[in-house]
Amino acid sequence: MNPADSVRRIGALVLRHLYLFRKSWPRVLSLAYYPTVTMIMWAFVTVYLAPTNKALHDAPGFFIGAVLLWDILFRGQLGVSLSLFEEMYSRNLGNLFVSPLRPWELIAGQLVMSVIRTLIGVGGAALVAWLLFKYSIFSMGLPLLAFFVNLIVLGWSIGLAVSGMVLRWGLGAEELAWAAIFLLAPVSGVYYPISVLPGWLQPVAHAVPASHVFEGMRQVLQHQEFSSRLFFTALGLNVFYMIGGTAVYLAAIRYARERGMLLQMGE
Amino acid sequence: MTAANAPAIVVTDLIKRYGDVEALRGISFEVGRGTTTALLGGNGAGKTTTLSILLGVLLPTSGRVGILGVDIGAHRHRVLSRMNFTSPYVDLPKRLSVRENLTVYAKLYGIRDAKSRIGALAGELRLSDFLDRGYGTLSAGQRTRVSLAKALLNRPEVLLLDEPTASLDPDVGDRMRSYLENYQRESHCTMLLATHNMGEVERMCTDVLMLRGGVIVDRGSPSQLIARYGRASMEQVFLDVARQARDEQGDQDDLEQTG
Repeated sequence: MNPADSVRRIGALVLRHLYLFRKSWPRVLSLAYYPTVTMIMWAFVTVYLAPTNKALHDAPGFFIGAVLLWDILFRGQLGVSLSLFEEMYSRNLGNLFVSPLRPWELIAGQLVMSVIRTLIGVGGAALVAWLLFKYSIFSMGLPLLAFFVNLIVLGWSIGLAVSGMVLRWGLGAEELAWAAIFLLAPVSGVYYPISVLPGWLQPVAHAVPASHVFEGMRQVLQHQEFSSRLFFTALGLNVFYMIGGTAVYLAAIRYARERGMLLQMGE
Repeated sequence: MTAANAPAIVVTDLIKRYGDVEALRGISFEVGRGTTTALLGGNGAGKTTTLSILLGVLLPTSGRVGILGVDIGAHRHRVLSRMNFTSPYVDLPKRLSVRENLTVYAKLYGIRDAKSRIGALAGELRLSDFLDRGYGTLSAGQRTRVSLAKALLNRPEVLLLDEPTASLDPDVGDRMRSYLENYQRESHCTMLLATHNMGEVERMCTDVLMLRGGVIVDRGSPSQLIARYGRASMEQVFLDVARQARDEQGDQDDLEQTG
């Protein structure tokens, strides 16, 4: 196997989606639309509460940072799933699977597209946050990179698992792509510390990598401290989640190959 | 037997079951290099199942498939760049233009100088007028020609064709058949063709595999089969084989009712 061939094939998949973006500006704008609107809403909540709340007064980027980081996770997951759905909508999966493209290259293509979609979506919202509220997410400094990596990898693993389920059950299960991530939201501690959760729910939260990321973000914003312990805990959990997500996806591809679904799959 | 004259496709004891339904019941056949073979049979005979297994997108319950000397079950990615396929069951992204679609697949197949290859195919398959139009805006016949262009991008040594001229008008269908015949003569490509167009079979195929209920019930060249069944055309041979199946099923039902 020649690595250059793999890079070329992954590039071909990415090119296919970039062609689609070039054709459809509304599609590109919608990537940034929801993160931006959500960010604006939380920014006004911050403006409203900051004078009476010490935590917000000391760290005005608290909610805006949380919204933008949450969207890294959400867009990262959607980016993986939607790249597969595009192939299913257009009944193109059969052509892809009879081409020399290998399953891991398909996955790599989905991950690259996830990064591109996330950068467009969150980047747009971050720009508006800076323009309207003078908040720069880059004020977090290098820890932002650590948060980004952990959140997008978690998004990938959920996106791959969702892709697997949609391959298994068809586009009828598409709603999972939009709903799956929100199951994690309450236990991720996006806007509040994990300590406010009931005792029985806290172990569940600690098993979710995102909870360590948001705890880490609060430490950076409130105490200007980066916790490498929280970073590595999230990273370790992410390795486990990524293996799980990939395994679900590959098992679904095998299932589809056993039942002859790849040539027939579509809307 | 040297690699050059070894069969391009070797299928051995291929069985495919979906639960209780047996789609293929242990078929074996070989397809010689540079020949065009037809897979014939009524709906549900096992044609698409066979093609899908040959492409590696469907896993057999048991049996082996070798293409160009490569075991498809174990190493299909070693040979996929040397083969290609077209079928009405799959499509290309509709929002992309014809040129964009072909460019993406040229990259997937590692075509050097993709631009000139696409240009050449566009000329030969008469796609030039709509090369920059969205694939989704094309007529069914135009889409079929684009799919054929996609299937020929990598100059395949083995080409699997599922209903390749199904939605073409007689004029364009005839041009496509001529094109495929020329392509095969020049490239010595091996073609396996699933079709319901018996004129196409008589014209293009050197060999015919008659499938019924997941079993190969007969095999021979079109002229041999026509002579064997005492008929005037492959159309009539096909009807004989298909109706024989229905008669046998009818006898079976009668027996079950009597019993």
